[in-house]
Amino acid sequence: MQTNIIIAGVGGQGILTIASIIDLAAMQQGLQVKQAEVHGMSQRGGAVESHLRISDSVIYSDLIPKGKANLILAIEPMESLRYLPFLAPDGIIVTATEPFKNINNYPDEQAIKDEIAQTGKHIFVDAENLAREAGNLKAFNTVMLGAAANYIGISKEALEKAIESYFSSKGEAVVQLNIKAFRLGTAAI
Amino acid sequence: MDTQLLLGAEAIALAAIDAGISGVYAYPGTPSTEITEYIQQSPIARQKGVHSTWATNEKTAYEAALGMSYAGKRSLVCMKHVGLNVAADAFLNSAITGVNGGMVIVVADDPSMHSSQNEQDTRVYGKFAFLPVIEPSNQQETYDAIRYAFDLSEQQNLPVLFRVTTRLSHSRAVVKQQPPREENILNPSKEKRKWILLPANARNNYQQLLEKQATLASLSEQSSLNKTTAGNGSKAIIAFGIAYNYVMEVKQAENLNIPVLKISQYPLPDKLIKEFTDQYDDILIAEEGYPVYEEYLKGYFGNKKFRGRLDGALPRTGELSPDVVAKAMGVDSDANRTIPSIVAGRPPMLCQGCSHRDVFDALNTIFTEYPEQHVFSDIGCYTLGALPPFNAINTCVDMGASVTMAKGAADAGLHPAVAVIGDSTFTHSGITGLLDAVNDKSAITLIISDNSTTAMTGGQDSAGTGKLAEICKGIGVEESHIRTFVPLKKNHDENVMILKEELEYKGVSVIIAQRECVQTASRKKRQENKK
Repeated sequence: MQTNIIIAGVGGQGILTIASIIDLAAMQQGLQVKQAEVHGMSQRGGAVESHLRISDSVIYSDLIPKGKANLILAIEPMESLRYLPFLAPDGIIVTATEPFKNINNYPDEQAIKDEIAQTGKHIFVDAENLAREAGNLKAFNTVMLGAAANYIGISKEALEKAIESYFSSKGEAVVQLNIKAFRLGTAAI
Repeated sequence: MDTQLLLGAEAIALAAIDAGISGVYAYPGTPSTEITEYIQQSPIARQKGVHSTWATNEKTAYEAALGMSYAGKRSLVCMKHVGLNVAADAFLNSAITGVNGGMVIVVADDPSMHSSQNEQDTRVYGKFAFLPVIEPSNQQETYDAIRYAFDLSEQQNLPVLFRVTTRLSHSRAVVKQQPPREENILNPSKEKRKWILLPANARNNYQQLLEKQATLASLSEQSSLNKTTAGNGSKAIIAFGIAYNYVMEVKQAENLNIPVLKISQYPLPDKLIKEFTDQYDDILIAEEGYPVYEEYLKGYFGNKKFRGRLDGALPRTGELSPDVVAKAMGVDSDANRTIPSIVAGRPPMLCQGCSHRDVFDALNTIFTEYPEQHVFSDIGCYTLGALPPFNAINTCVDMGASVTMAKGAADAGLHPAVAVIGDSTFTHSGITGLLDAVNDKSAITLIISDNSTTAMTGGQDSAGTGKLAEICKGIGVEESHIRTFVPLKKNHDENVMILKEELEYKGVSVIIAQRECVQTASRKKRQENKK
């Protein structure tokens, strides 16, 4: 098996949290992982992405070849489109609906939705409300991870286990909040 | 032993700790910063007392690492590619002295200039200095090759250059650890002729360095870092460093049986290269960075069997990718999706609440009183003052150049000649330039936008925190022209007045615009809340 995932968002949105949880789950399953991330200048409110590759055999390239991503997991709708050249013909976009407008020329929201709908398989997630329902807006990313869980190539149980390990140092309440957020995400699709 | 998921940068750090270093010396710079940060946060390194505080710049870092090596212990020095320009004097001369304890220089190049001013290729420096260069392709090889590089350094008594690029430094993979080994004991070198580079000694040492080249080449011939993957046909590939990953990615995905020679240790293993190249009539040279060895192999008359960045098989500039390598290998991509035109660019920007914003607002206000705005700036977050809505700066060249370019422009008659530099960049390379301006009484206004951290690279300690006014006073800036203000909206009018007064002063003035970086401030707050 091999899964190629682009995680997309804006610097400061915490896309690396999602990446870290998937990495952890993959490692706990004994799978190979490669995960390229953006540090430096772009982290200052610019577009950022992570290339995450999971496989049961050797992974050479740290970057996903164009047309080979099975999943674009976006924390921001416009950002899901920025990496479209990487999406496989039968790949899926799972994106949060809430736009992050830190630029003056942010496009029309409906037009963005229409573009995403035209790409093929896609899921919109009202992550903000679901995170609120889980108990904290900070669980936004875990909601998104839940919504994309069917397309990662790792079981939901394994992902939940990784969430537990990832947040364990922050206490049981944070673990439970994130498990709840993850389950709300999985139930939303 | 343990397996962990590590960034390439972290693999270097862990490997260096396990290889028995006694210190790491570095100035932050993307994509090298995480190496030193990992060592700073490592409980084992702390327990062993491994030195890991930040240096003021790459040159001071380099020399301190060389001093630790002189004392017999192993040292690591890390920097981004342009940092080696700053440390170049020490670097080139350390090839002439050689080392005592093992010394490895990690330089992280940034092809495509993700966070840099150029995409210079550090391997050229390796040739320049006649030093061995290691260029690993993946994270595990990085971990293993660091230990190897320290051993090589101690066997050959030479510093070893270790080159990585952004993609390796900032990508994670599973890494298996080796058993750690002890540090060296204190054992200072007693060989004065080796370390005192008087001409007579230097000539002798240089001759020895040249004589060592044959040994270094034979080590490259035997190195497991350089290896051939057999295949069929008349075409072949020589893949250097991380380029090997892209070649193998395509080879695996397309089930190609093309022979590949991987090179990760220099000087080039000439015999291995010759044996390999003699067998084929079409050889793709895949190098991350400059076409350094493509040019060498092609030769002056341009042997056409070698293809690569010079003949357009690969792009002349920028980072490689599996896609450009696939194309060069003759594989057509069926990927046909494009970025919809509706997608707007989202460039990086200064954070909301950032003190640099208020500095640029004040500057832009005062410059409405002058016919033209010329602001010499520097390397850091405040370089983003170049972008809308500020459009406030005119230059950004290299660390410290704001001060000295303003001075030169003032000498030429430009008034006002304003420089904007951050606190960390000022101590890195701005102080000496300011001394020039003081000695020449050049009419410059230097604004040190002091957020008390090295912000762009993630908030590392800044060498001059709390000392900036004293430093300026100490090198002779008149006390009445060392002004301080707090860059906040509510102080805007007052700050503009201070700027106005100092811009009109026909001598050196320094304005310290002091307010903590919002990122480090909120991080501190979070940490306090945790307690």
